[in-house]
This record gives sequence, C-alpha cells and structure tokens, in this order.
Amino acid sequence: MPEAVLFAVLALIAVAAGVSVFRTDSMARASYALAVSFVAVGLMLLQFRLEYIGVITVLMMVMEMAVMAIFMIMFMGMNPALMPMEMVHSKKLSAWTAVGLFLLLTVGILLADWPESRGSAGGDVTASLGEAIMEPKMLVMLVISPVLFATIVAALVLANPRGRYSAYPLVPARDADDDGQGKEQGHSGGSVGHAAHGMDGTDGGAGTSDGHGQHHGGGGHK
Amino acid sequence: MTVAAALKVAVLPVGAWVVSDLAVGLVWFNAMDVLVWAFVWLAGWGQNSVFPLVGAYRFLALAVAYELPLMFALTAPAAAAGSLRMGDIVAAQDGLWFVVWMPVAFTVFLAAVLAFSLQRPFTAPMSADIAGGMTAELSGVDRFLVLTGRYSLLSAGAGFAVALFLGGGSGPVLPDWSWFLGKTVVLLWLLVALRRRIPQLRPEQLMAPAWVVGLPLVLLQVLVVAVVTLNGRSS
Repeated sequence: MPEAVLFAVLALIAVAAGVSVFRTDSMARASYALAVSFVAVGLMLLQFRLEYIGVITVLMMVMEMAVMAIFMIMFMGMNPALMPMEMVHSKKLSAWTAVGLFLLLTVGILLADWPESRGSAGGDVTASLGEAIMEPKMLVMLVISPVLFATIVAALVLANPRGRYSAYPLVPARDADDDGQGKEQGHSGGSVGHAAHGMDGTDGGAGTSDGHGQHHGGGGHK
Repeated sequence: MTVAAALKVAVLPVGAWVVSDLAVGLVWFNAMDVLVWAFVWLAGWGQNSVFPLVGAYRFLALAVAYELPLMFALTAPAAAAGSLRMGDIVAAQDGLWFVVWMPVAFTVFLAAVLAFSLQRPFTAPMSADIAGGMTAELSGVDRFLVLTGRYSLLSAGAGFAVALFLGGGSGPVLPDWSWFLGKTVVLLWLLVALRRRIPQLRPEQLMAPAWVVGLPLVLLQVLVVAVVTLNGRSS
C-alpha cells in the first residue's frame, strides 16, 4: 500500500512537472521542470527494482538539462535563461500530433498480444540486463555507437563552425582578426619580438631567448 | 530556490554510502555528482544577478571537462571488482588496495573531487574577478549552506576515494569504522593541504588538458585493469 501511494505521488509529480514545462515562460524553469519530471520517473523505476535503469535515468536526464543550459548560450545568441519566451509553437499541429500519438500508443498497449513473463528475474538485475543487451547485440552496439557519436560531433561542428573561443591557444594566432587588421598587428608584433630578442641578447639570458624567438617566428614573417 | 538548491548540495553526498548499500552504489554516486551541476547552476541563476550566473556557467564549463575523466576513473575499480556495489568494491581490495595498480584513476578521481566540491584550482565559479561569482549575492543562511555544501562534497569525495581505492575499512587491530574514518581524515587533510598550494585555473584552461591528456590516460588505465581482471578470472 505505501508503495502504491508513493508510486501515485511520483506519477503525479512527473505529470505535473511535465505540464509545467510548457506553462512557464523561461527556458531555465522549463529545463528544471523537465529534469524533475524525469527524476520522478527514475525513482518510479527504482520502485520496480530496476536500480541501474532508474539511477542512470536520473543521471542522464539531469546531466542533459545542464548540457542544455550550455547549449542555450552556445547557440541561441542571447541568454535564454533570463529572457521570457513562449515554450510552445505550432500549437494546433503539435496538439493534434500529441492526441493522435497518445491514442495510437494506448490502442497499441491495449490490443498488443503481450507475452507471458517467463520466471522471475535473476539475482543481479544489472548483470542480466547487460548480458541481454550486449551478448546477442554486440555487433549492433559496436556499429551504432561510433555512428551516433560521429553524428553528434558532426552536428555540433556544423552548427558552430567557429566557436566562441578559438582552439586551445598553444601558439599565438597568425591571422587573429577577421577585419583586415591582422597584417599590421603581425608587423608590430614582429618588431616587439625583435626588440625583446635584442634585450635578451645583451642580458645573455639563454633561457628566455627561446620564447622570444618563437614570438619572432610567429609574428615577423608576414 | 537558492536555499533549496544549497540544502540539497549539503545533504546530497551523505545518503549513498553510509545509509544504504545500493546494488548500483557507484552509479548513484555519479548521479549525485551530476546533481551538483544542476544545483550549482540553479544556485547561480536563482540569485537573478549577473555575476552569479557567470559563475554558474563557469562551473558548467569546468564540469563538462572533468566529468568524463571522472566517469572512466570510476569505471576502473568497478571493472576490477566486477560489481557496482560499494561493499563488493571494498571487499575486492582485501589483498591489494586498488590505488597500487590504478594510480592514474586515483589521481584523476582526486582531481575530480576537488573539481566537484569547487575547491582550488577549480574555484573559477566563485573567484574574486567576478565579485565572488555564484556566492556574490549570498549571505546569511544561504551562504552558509552553499559553503557547507562545498566542504561536505569534499569530505564525501575523500570518503569515496578511501572506499574505491584505499581498501575502505581494512586494516589491522582497530575496528573497520575507525580505519575508514582515519583514512578519510588523512586524505581530506592531504586534499586541503593540496588545494592551498595550487593557483586557480581559468575556466577555459581545463578542457584541453582534461580531454586530450587525462581522458586517454584514464582509458589506458581502464584497459590495463580490464586485461588484468580478465586474466585473473580465466587463470
């Protein structure tokens, strides 16, 4: 009985949080409402003794919402966490799609010829889940996961060809500016390099002259 | 909202390893660590002020960098023990502590502990150049809870490091719990001493070292552990 009550409460929380995703006007609130909804679902899975799936649901979904916060400022051009905005669009189409899908799934659930459960799950549900997924389907997993990963990386690269910051600056950029100022700065940088190099020479500092030599090479030959 | 976030950060690490020995305790620890992302960002955003939000985003930038090496560092002891249950992982170290043959995973784990508890060198989210970052607007109870959360995360991280790599409560003469507490306190002291001696990283400085150097090293470590474990099982 207490388990049923807990289940009902979690289900209510999941649905209510899911509704509030579309009722708020802030992306931050919507993300966190979605996270709460998924955490409630994860806890419900824990109730079914599906510990691994439940905990991993919580982990992935919370992480996903945090990553979404990063994507918000990466791709949206302003800070959507602070800008009020509508959380729904194409209302009629999406409403009809939602209703249709719900009906389709419900009919499917009710009409499907579900197999009887054979025996009870073994002692270690996590291990048997891993075997069930990995043993017969190992080849599929091995093919799918690199493809998925490559898709994600490619999509990110296409969406964001030149990130907000350039690549990790191990060497000074050659043509840093894209408004035609690069060459002049290169020259001035080169002359600074010359001057510093000369000073090092008079000091006889062998250790630092290496670094200034790099500046000279990077900036001087434009 | 800030209070709720800080409260959970403060309470969060305690539940997993003392109270109940979940069959997937290690994953639970990782999930709680990811919750820290959400709560830190929430704490920064909830103050409705610029600098805290900047600090929150700085934490996310650090978090993206440290999380994957941390996850693979956690994989090493789990693979060696053949279980995700913390009790089994401790029991698997009866003969030899994992730290002896997984030094890379141990080092990465300790770095990640400093990172998810917002200690130096990973203090960019609350550094002085953005007026205290995510702590800029906090005072009174809110501030207390956030700072307590940091230290309790650090202590919990040290406790987990003991359980995962330093043999948990194993040791001669004295009872288990005192060994566990003793090791945790010593490790905590080392971490606190360490963080006083490192300068703070800028947020964008962590990504390349963590993913270009740290991640391959940890993956190699996991490979070594997997090969050793499989050899041990088959022979």
